[in-house]
Amino acid sequence: MSTLFEEVPPSFGDDVPVRRLELTVNGERRAADVEPRLLLAHLLRNGFRLTGTHTGCDTTNCGACTVLYDGVPVKSCTMFAVQADGHEILTVEGLATASELHPIQEGFKDEHGLQCGFCTPGMMLSAKALLEENPNPTEDEIRWALSGNLCRCTGYQNIVKAVMWAAEKLGGGTAGSDEAGEEG
Amino acid sequence: MALDEIKIGGLGASRRRVEDNRFIRGKGNYIDDIALPGMLHMEILRSPLAHARIRSIDVSAAWAIPGVRMVLTGEMLAARNLAWMPTLSYDTQAVLATDKVRFQGQEVACVVADDPYIAKDGCEAIVVDYEPLPPIVNPSQAKAPDAPLIRDDKTGQDSNVVFDWEVGDREGTDRAFAGADVVSAIEMHYPRSHPSPIEACGSIADFNRATSKLTVYMTTQAPHIIRAAVALVAELPEHMIRIVSPDLGGGFGNKVPVYPGYVVSILASILLECPVKWIEDKSGNLISTGFGRDIYLKGEMALRSDGRMLGVRMHTDSDHGAFFSDAQPSKFKIGLMHSAFSCYDIPTAHLTAQGVYTNKAPGGVAYRCSFRVTEAMYFQERMVQAAAADLGMDQAEFRRINLVRDDDFPHRTPWGFLTDSGQYQKCLDLGLEAIGYEDFLAQKEEARQRGRLLGIGISTMTEPLGAGNSREYDILGIKMFDSAELKVHMTGKALLRTGAKTQGQGHETTWAQIVAHELGIPAEDVLVEEGDTDTAPFGMGTYASRSTPVAGAAVAMVSRKIRAKARKIAAHLLEVSEEDIEWELGRFSVRGAPDRGVTIQECAIAAYSNMPDGMEPGLENNAYYDPPNLTWPFACYIATVEVDPETGVWDVLRVVAVDDCGVRINPMIVEGQIMGGLTEAYAMANMQFITFDEDGNCIGSNYMDYLLPTAWETPGFELHEVVTPCPHHPIGAKGIGECATVGGPAAFVNAVIDAIGDAGVRNIDMPLLPDRVYEAITQGHDISGAPPVKTEP
Repeated sequence: MSTLFEEVPPSFGDDVPVRRLELTVNGERRAADVEPRLLLAHLLRNGFRLTGTHTGCDTTNCGACTVLYDGVPVKSCTMFAVQADGHEILTVEGLATASELHPIQEGFKDEHGLQCGFCTPGMMLSAKALLEENPNPTEDEIRWALSGNLCRCTGYQNIVKAVMWAAEKLGGGTAGSDEAGEEG
Repeated sequence: MALDEIKIGGLGASRRRVEDNRFIRGKGNYIDDIALPGMLHMEILRSPLAHARIRSIDVSAAWAIPGVRMVLTGEMLAARNLAWMPTLSYDTQAVLATDKVRFQGQEVACVVADDPYIAKDGCEAIVVDYEPLPPIVNPSQAKAPDAPLIRDDKTGQDSNVVFDWEVGDREGTDRAFAGADVVSAIEMHYPRSHPSPIEACGSIADFNRATSKLTVYMTTQAPHIIRAAVALVAELPEHMIRIVSPDLGGGFGNKVPVYPGYVVSILASILLECPVKWIEDKSGNLISTGFGRDIYLKGEMALRSDGRMLGVRMHTDSDHGAFFSDAQPSKFKIGLMHSAFSCYDIPTAHLTAQGVYTNKAPGGVAYRCSFRVTEAMYFQERMVQAAAADLGMDQAEFRRINLVRDDDFPHRTPWGFLTDSGQYQKCLDLGLEAIGYEDFLAQKEEARQRGRLLGIGISTMTEPLGAGNSREYDILGIKMFDSAELKVHMTGKALLRTGAKTQGQGHETTWAQIVAHELGIPAEDVLVEEGDTDTAPFGMGTYASRSTPVAGAAVAMVSRKIRAKARKIAAHLLEVSEEDIEWELGRFSVRGAPDRGVTIQECAIAAYSNMPDGMEPGLENNAYYDPPNLTWPFACYIATVEVDPETGVWDVLRVVAVDDCGVRINPMIVEGQIMGGLTEAYAMANMQFITFDEDGNCIGSNYMDYLLPTAWETPGFELHEVVTPCPHHPIGAKGIGECATVGGPAAFVNAVIDAIGDAGVRNIDMPLLPDRVYEAITQGHDISGAPPVKTEP
């Protein structure tokens, strides 16, 4: 591949103010020059190619774009990228380590907590924030914590189970060993 | 030693899903995740008015914006004969409006730019001068003698009526009513609803200027139908078109039709000779793409005083919006509406149907539904509850008397379908036992004494899933078969492709299980691919719960073809005649000498290295499957509710679902489908509808107005199963994906009507919003949900 060519973002017009921002994404320091109107979801998806953050509704309702902002779940489709300057963002790509899945990811797979998978990244990040604050949530607490994330496929029951699975695993429980599938 | 089928991920294994491995890592590949070098971005300008003549469109300011590469209007398309396109129901639909706009949200112009923000800026800069025309928002307005003509573009169209259609035995039904002891009647509106997958629609058209080949990445449930449509619309040779449907963020019927955005992105890519991406926003998706339902249903049932059903009359008035773009078999104008009452033993029935144009987005897609069966079964079960009340009979007993009995199959339904299997009474009994029917009735009576309103609703139904057969079912003349292609490589690993297209149903997991069941190749050794028309065999796609009944059957049939060839290879390897070969899962052995055998994997390598004389090398094949009949799953859904008489708010107490979908390939996935379906049923009964004001403004153009249930509102579900194998499906499976959406709504509505029984109310139109329920309780009359009509001052 040629090293003489570097892909550059679309050129900004002279009258467009460009703002340099620096932030931490999934533990890595990143910098970008952005238009002030650029949404955080679009910076993550198009700028950093972290396409696991999905945009579903554009109105802060569906939660498919949920990321953790200094540990707090936010809907990145209605936040400007510049608001993330100096902050820490965690996206779905930052949940697993190179060698192992986060228990929430394992729980979603083991309990069939997803079908089309589009809402799943946001759902898992909301669940992560919940479990950090409340390691042993009740079913009602899980349902309430996830009520900002819409799913059209599953009917939520298996999502609730997936979060409980993860809670047990994180608490050192033995969830999942009783009826695990034949395949990892 | 035979293989353990569950261990290799065969039939009946709740195998964890293969596709999840990428989804849980955020590595799915949805349409908006695809970025091609040099790609431009397209945005659509939509009409703010429901009905208006276009006086002029000024695009000059849009062209002046740096980064805008192209602005397209209807006029430009008309010059290329592309301003209109055919629909899936033999009508035409405007790609970009030329003469007038016919619904709010209609596509008027498109801007292509370096990035999506600039494309939006371009749309903002376009000035359209509209002359408003009176809007029509429901069938009665559309049929008024002085109604403005919506489709004045069509020669010979002198009214707003799309079709008049009838089916059944009119005279026989008249005789049944003449001999009836009791006639029970009901009417209702099934509101317009949007399938609303969380991911909206989109496409990336990539016209390769070197090869003149067009590749379109597109959110479609039916890639091969789209390829044919693009060939016809764009007049491109079909072999130079490749449609790729990537991971879909849900479909539910919304991603079956051809939408203008796809077409314009293709044209733009051809004109600009670079990839053009169109990603629809949620509002555009909700106001312009395929709706479901929006139909007025009325009818009556002839009854004998002992509770036997004698006949049914039905009439439907359906609102199709501005273009008749229903995606349904071409023979049936109102889909499979006439599959209503198929689970009951009723001798005769007659249905009349009229469809009209209105100034609303084109509707009538099968939203998690096998072509209007959702409306059919809703009407059926609401009618059944009303008839039971008129007879003064217990609603469960009334069903029991009339349900088709196990020894009556095959059974001719009132409109002539042939159902072939089921254990209806058993499902009903299991449901009643699970909910504790008698106890609940006692509890309800006791609560009533204390001013509390409890109710129980039952819905029992069978529905026709899995079109075709090809004698009856086609879309635009293309027969509704499906296909599978299986390539077993020399190391025994396999590649399977089908003409279906998964959208969350888990085909990548379950199809491999069918191969494992048929061949003994472990499911994890089978890669499943779908959605790319250059590689997948021709198929009609995934909707109407047809994947397992049709494509799934093709997977079994192609596996059997492979097994038949492998058997010949086994005979060659074992040096015996083919008749002396026996099959057990994964292995052929010599009859009478079971120790002498070869595995399917050994046959696979021999197919490439040591085949018998005269045999074609390789272990690959395909199958096109044309089912002899639809599959007929049965379900019994029971809901209990408590209604607050002070507010009209109702809470679900319990939901019991008994489903008989025949043999379950992957029980975990089947249960997931049922729970998802129940949630959409609850949604439609409780909150989810799109309505319009008298000016034709869409009320429900975003998720703040179009309410979808969250984890908080959605009730828990108790699932039970009965298994009656489908007699004609190769592995005995029936469709399941839509059963709960189809049968579920009536259970919730029947429960609320049961709870407020003392008010003397027969019907409240969905959704059962608190104000509607409160008005019904306090005023004692039925509540219509029909949209308002503007009256002249």
